[in-house]
Amino acid sequence: MTVQSDPHSATSLDVASRDTKGTSRTTGALVRKIRTGAPVVPFLVYVILVLGVPTGTIVAFAFRSNTGRFTWSNIHTILGTTAQTLEFRTGFENSLKLAVVTAVIPGVLGTIIAYAISTSEHPAFKRITAATSGVLAQFGGVNLAFMFIATLAATNGLVTKWLAAIGLDPWNHGFDLYKFWGVAFVYMYFQIPLMVLIITPAFAGLRPAWREAAEGLGASRWRFWRHVGIPVLTPAILGSMFLLFGSGFSAYATAEALTGGTISITPIQIGSILQGNVIAGEQNIAYALAFAMIVILLVSVVIYVLLRRRTSRWLL
Amino acid sequence: MTSVTDVSTPVGADVHTLSGAPVVFDNLTRRFGATTALDRFSLNIAPGELVALLGPSGCGKTTALRVLAGFERPDSGRILVDEKDVSTVAAQHRNMGMVFQSYSLFPNMNARDNVAFGLHIRHQRSSQRRAKAAELLDLVGLGEHVSKYPHQLSGGQQQRVALARALAIEPRVLLLDEPLSALDAKVRAELRDQIRAIQQRLAITTVFVTHDQEEAMSMADRVCVMSRGHLEQVATPAVLYSQPATPFVGQFVGVSSRISVTRRGDHVEILGREVKIRGDLSAVPTGELEALVRPEDLDVAVNPTGLGVITHRSFLGATTRVGVGVAGANLRADVRSSLADDLDVGTRVDVSVNARDVLVAASQPAS
Repeated sequence: MTVQSDPHSATSLDVASRDTKGTSRTTGALVRKIRTGAPVVPFLVYVILVLGVPTGTIVAFAFRSNTGRFTWSNIHTILGTTAQTLEFRTGFENSLKLAVVTAVIPGVLGTIIAYAISTSEHPAFKRITAATSGVLAQFGGVNLAFMFIATLAATNGLVTKWLAAIGLDPWNHGFDLYKFWGVAFVYMYFQIPLMVLIITPAFAGLRPAWREAAEGLGASRWRFWRHVGIPVLTPAILGSMFLLFGSGFSAYATAEALTGGTISITPIQIGSILQGNVIAGEQNIAYALAFAMIVILLVSVVIYVLLRRRTSRWLL
Repeated sequence: MTSVTDVSTPVGADVHTLSGAPVVFDNLTRRFGATTALDRFSLNIAPGELVALLGPSGCGKTTALRVLAGFERPDSGRILVDEKDVSTVAAQHRNMGMVFQSYSLFPNMNARDNVAFGLHIRHQRSSQRRAKAAELLDLVGLGEHVSKYPHQLSGGQQQRVALARALAIEPRVLLLDEPLSALDAKVRAELRDQIRAIQQRLAITTVFVTHDQEEAMSMADRVCVMSRGHLEQVATPAVLYSQPATPFVGQFVGVSSRISVTRRGDHVEILGREVKIRGDLSAVPTGELEALVRPEDLDVAVNPTGLGVITHRSFLGATTRVGVGVAGANLRADVRSSLADDLDVGTRVDVSVNARDVLVAASQPAS
């Protein structure tokens, strides 16, 4: 706004003044927004670089032919039922099975441990369990695989030898460390403490006053858990299991190091294709597999977030 | 905010009138490690009476309530309800309704299911449960909110549902553990009146724990002032205020000024006037003494040569409270607001005591 030359034109001056004030207010608000948002920028950059760009690349290549054109053929291939493509379907089935098994069993066991922690009156037990869970939940990959090979391998495993010495050699009872249940067993090593870490805060959110209110109204401990405790915790438990599902579904290094890539699960198939071990020149199929994994993980994350939203409303 | 139901009007034939049970705390002691939360605490509560347990944090009032509810076991002593010893009876079998300080509604149930929970536990039929819950929610003014979940209700509404839930099981005793302390002032005052009206209508024996003396004085038939695990005084609010039995009560309940005094037999000299010592003379400590004087027991008059100086003034409506500096002490006096125009800060005044008797305590070291 330009100030008019007429010195008696008070209205114009007022408008100009207002306009200037308005502009400075807008600028001030913008500066405040920038100041408030600035600390988040490094994290946003990080997320874009390590999540956004790779995801975008995967999605782009999943729908691209070797000649660079858009195509659905990669998706058709991984979902196909021909002899050549059945392997991918089996990989998905095994991955999903592995993810479900290593979500449900650790989910239940982790919940029981978290309950024990929350009801324990020994602070040392709580501290030790929480610290141990924090360490073990991060203990995956090649180290974990070799630890299990050293302890539970068929002939030279330390624990296998001990068990064999008392006539309980697990390998003689159908156990195979390098097959599905062996891999699932190893996954549980980090999935159970992960569940403990995730679900313990939910138990802490159960208010003592709820139990006392129920008790005062005549409810036994069991009836409190049946009508209040379990229903209140169920969304948190299910949500946590979906996180475990995502963790088990996408784990790669442990299974690869343990089985040498012989188990048919999707992450290992992706690795094989990208390394050109299976179908040379068909890397875009690996991207399509990765894209399908992203979709499945996205669904599990959305379910987790929805369940978590309900939990956070209840367990403040 | 939902309007408060007029509880003087019956809302339904099926809302039973509860009969209150007499309650006796008999020489209760409860320790937590080295801390004695209750120290030989005794109190008799008549059927249908509302008694407030009042005291500062850590005085044992909540412990007393929790022992009565069955959430704590006494180390010694007994709890009698309806002349039966319930000291070893589990909380779930005591049939007492309790409202907690924190909103303790079950978050996975709507208002109706919360209220009906105790009836469900008692295996009442679904239709009966729903009808009773609806009636009680009507009683507390939440008839239109039966389907709402706790997170959809305000704090005051949640406490009303909690009250309805506690009443649903037709308890012999109603226990209120600082139910209003988390609410804002307006809702607190409203709910306070509502609880009192419902309690009187149902004639249910009620124990109400609070640290807020205004709440205790306005709601209770009798107020039990506690300090360090034992009973200081139990009396009607009027007696408690006008005749505090101990210096602690005199200081804790209401506002008092402490004035250095000299004892002369059964009197003390305060501000140039002899006033009778209240209570048991043998209990009066030796050494330096102070009298506890209520603001309404002090008269203030403008005098340009007076010894007192107005230090501050607060308008309280019908009265104005003034601070008067006299010989190093700062006294508080209440003056009718219509007569307080001249009492500006800095005005010189005369101060005198108009009480017939006063409570005397050992002098406290200046802080």
